[in-house]
Amino acid sequence: MEEENKMLEEAAGKLNIVPGTRHFYWVLFKSTFLISAFTVGGGMVIIPLLKKKFVDEYGWINDKDTLDITAIAQSLPGIMAVNASIMLGYKMSGLMGTMVTILATILPPLITITIIAFFYDLFAHNYYVQLILKGMQCGATAVIIDVGLNLVNKLFKKKLLLPILIAVGTFVASLCFNVNPMYCVLVDAIIGLLLLRDPKYN
Amino acid sequence: MNILILLYWEFCKIGLFCVGGGYASLPWIQAAVVDDYHWITMTEFIDIFTISQMTPGPIGINAATFVGTKIAGTPGAIVATLGFVTPSLILCLLITYLMKKYGDLSVIKGTLNGLRPAVVALICTAGLSFIWLSVWDTETIPTNFADFDIKGIIIILIAMIAVKKKVSVITLLFGSGVIGLLLGLIM
Repeated sequence: MEEENKMLEEAAGKLNIVPGTRHFYWVLFKSTFLISAFTVGGGMVIIPLLKKKFVDEYGWINDKDTLDITAIAQSLPGIMAVNASIMLGYKMSGLMGTMVTILATILPPLITITIIAFFYDLFAHNYYVQLILKGMQCGATAVIIDVGLNLVNKLFKKKLLLPILIAVGTFVASLCFNVNPMYCVLVDAIIGLLLLRDPKYN
Repeated sequence: MNILILLYWEFCKIGLFCVGGGYASLPWIQAAVVDDYHWITMTEFIDIFTISQMTPGPIGINAATFVGTKIAGTPGAIVATLGFVTPSLILCLLITYLMKKYGDLSVIKGTLNGLRPAVVALICTAGLSFIWLSVWDTETIPTNFADFDIKGIIIILIAMIAVKKKVSVITLLFGSGVIGLLLGLIM
């Protein structure tokens, strides 16, 4: 925990943007807006990109809180990306943070779709638009893989058997057997509740 | 005016009941706007599904905006989207408050300790399905690995190098889009 705080301070010091300031809100809005505007796909795609920005680039929030928020966002009703952005915003700077992130998450699709709704055919069958979207999808792929590998690396470094087993089991279940993430999360929550209450897992 | 209130209320309900990600919201939207109110036809709904999948932004928000636009223009889009996120906002803030108050209980901590590795795994799964989609154009494990798209591999590799060089996420997304366009035009 201390080590993580130190890392956060270092990262924040590097870019020197302190949560709560006006500049912070502007950067928060801008990054969330752009990520929401140019990411094709649901929550599990947008969240790693937000994580890369908020945790790795700016150090406004740590790995652990981000993972907790992702799990809760997945379990609550509603749109996962929106749930996550509400809670991430709150964690980083309270109610004002929430208002900034939720607005920045829903505005881009609102604008894009309103425009596209009028030019549907033009857009859906445009070769160049398809090429650009496809390219962005590949870019997002690289970021998700990077975020995933980083988190796996940290998980294995802790050398705790049960969490590793949970991760491997969930991975196999969702990838090979197409188990709905909702059920994975539910089962893992119960396992955690029963077996991972020891402080060494915190 | 009436239709806007109804639209807001219907999407509030959808936002409250859809659990489990973007695709999970589509059946709920269909039940309300196609089956119950006949605001749009099934064909239009399938269009919405397609477009929500291929345009940037969360699928649920895309669908809400599209349906709202079809039914009541831009005000409809805004109202439907706001309706969709209202339950999220209330529930998320409530849970954040509860976590602050009771987050130190070992029951809650234990549960979260079980959830964290699960999220790591789900992010990896998302990453892999994105590789399938970008390189083999399928959402599940490819059946024929030999039939791959070389452009996809090239862009992913370039983007991977960019990630390692700590290029900002947004620059990286834009850059990948531009490379995708250029490669598509050349090859």
